[in-house]
Amino acid sequence: MPGPRDAIEAVFRAERARVLATTIRVTNGDFDLAEEAVQDAFAAALESWEAGMPVEPRGWLVLAARNKAIDTIRRRIKLREIVAAEDPSERAVTSELVAVTDDRLRLIFTCCHPALAPEAQIALTLRTLGGLTTEEIARAFLASPATMAQRLVRAKTKIKDARIPYEVPEASQLAERTEAVMAVIYLVFNEGYAATAGDEWVRRDLCREAIRLGRLLVELLAIPETRGLLALMLLHDSRRDARTDAAGDLVLLEDQDRGRWDRAQIDEALALVPAALRGGAGRYALQAAIAALHASAPRAAETDWPQIAALFAELSRVHPTPVVALNHAVAIAMAHGPAAGLPLIEALSDELSEYHLWHAARADLLRRLGKAREAAAAYRAALAHVGSEPERRFLERRLVELSH
Amino acid sequence: MQYLCLIYDNEASWTTMTEADAKAFDGEYRAFTEEIAKSGHLRAGEALKPTATATTVRVRDGKITTTDGPFAETREQLGGFYLIEAKDLDEATAIAARIPSAKTGSIEVRPIMVTNMK
Repeated sequence: MPGPRDAIEAVFRAERARVLATTIRVTNGDFDLAEEAVQDAFAAALESWEAGMPVEPRGWLVLAARNKAIDTIRRRIKLREIVAAEDPSERAVTSELVAVTDDRLRLIFTCCHPALAPEAQIALTLRTLGGLTTEEIARAFLASPATMAQRLVRAKTKIKDARIPYEVPEASQLAERTEAVMAVIYLVFNEGYAATAGDEWVRRDLCREAIRLGRLLVELLAIPETRGLLALMLLHDSRRDARTDAAGDLVLLEDQDRGRWDRAQIDEALALVPAALRGGAGRYALQAAIAALHASAPRAAETDWPQIAALFAELSRVHPTPVVALNHAVAIAMAHGPAAGLPLIEALSDELSEYHLWHAARADLLRRLGKAREAAAAYRAALAHVGSEPERRFLERRLVELSH
Repeated sequence: MQYLCLIYDNEASWTTMTEADAKAFDGEYRAFTEEIAKSGHLRAGEALKPTATATTVRVRDGKITTTDGPFAETREQLGGFYLIEAKDLDEATAIAARIPSAKTGSIEVRPIMVTNMK
């Protein structure tokens, strides 16, 4: 049976980001002071909640953390008065506790501020909103804990010293800044999903964490594109158990056991897609719609490729990148045959000749067209550029199959 | 809070500019400076003579050395600055983005450290 301590710790996990976000507002953007105060509040809660939980645990924690922070600020002011230094910041002490918007929204915009380095944005977001420890973040990004700690310290110092505002950006900036927040969350997700390196469990944690942040963003900013991002991540992640076989080898979408896809998660995502596509669909919504078509096909052969090709055409209009163009070409090949896709792929050779998946896609179409020798050469080119082990083994298998 | 906006641009482009372009550029700077003076953001601002006029001074082991330059290999050189008052970094960068050289060079925005030397 879970004891009171477990129940208390569950409350901490659920409320940490929110309590911290409000406390940072009280400390006027001083992250360190706020983190310390929240830590103290949790320690105080552990002591006084043993006898019984308060009616509103979050309110209790926010108040306790605020009082701890104010105590520290007062102590510092007193210290300053003794050495006759600058004016105390009265604003910090009298800061209103009642938030108009959820403070976590301010927190996420500050953590993902473009004046911070991208890797610092990711680390700070995972640390403050995700509640991952510095060690966990370091392990996920293959950095030493010391390097990661340094990165966090530098980011927090810059927020304080350069006065990066603890605010939701004004309307004229909101779209662009929201885009930056979504990019950070999607980067975290891809770091977990694409598995360029690192151990499996840490990577699943990153995907879960990114989805949690995605849900939070939808809750805080219910615009179509945040829904698109959440749906996209849910759909990709729903295939996590079917993507690799027992040996850890990659299983292609068309060969996956669809019974092992997470149906509940797919249903949640499918419900988000119509709203995400409303009003000029953005790039996450379009990618979610494509993933939704895959998720809705009972068998690979029943995939609606013409519709997927049409969505990729729209995606290359709003988000024109060589990789999107490659996927568009592959969808056209699936919808209208390999002969229709091959020239589109070959037109991308200048931009993508270093990219293993370009060679792999080209090899696949050549194979389907019965050009075994050219296909083999293309698989070998793909192998020369591949990064991860499962992908390497997959390409090697294909190459062997060709010669039979 | 005060921020120093350091203006980096390719100073060679000044010498190759047509007279009309130079006049237009000068006009843009005058207009911008007037705007931020009126809005209360301007504390100070100056343009610098080119790096060819610069001298570097160092004291090592009590000995003063002066050298010509710097003539760094970089594409952009410090050409001037504005000291501005802004409520936070977002306001400061919004102002910096309006400095005419932001379109051709780059602006480094640095918060001023508060010291008690008054």
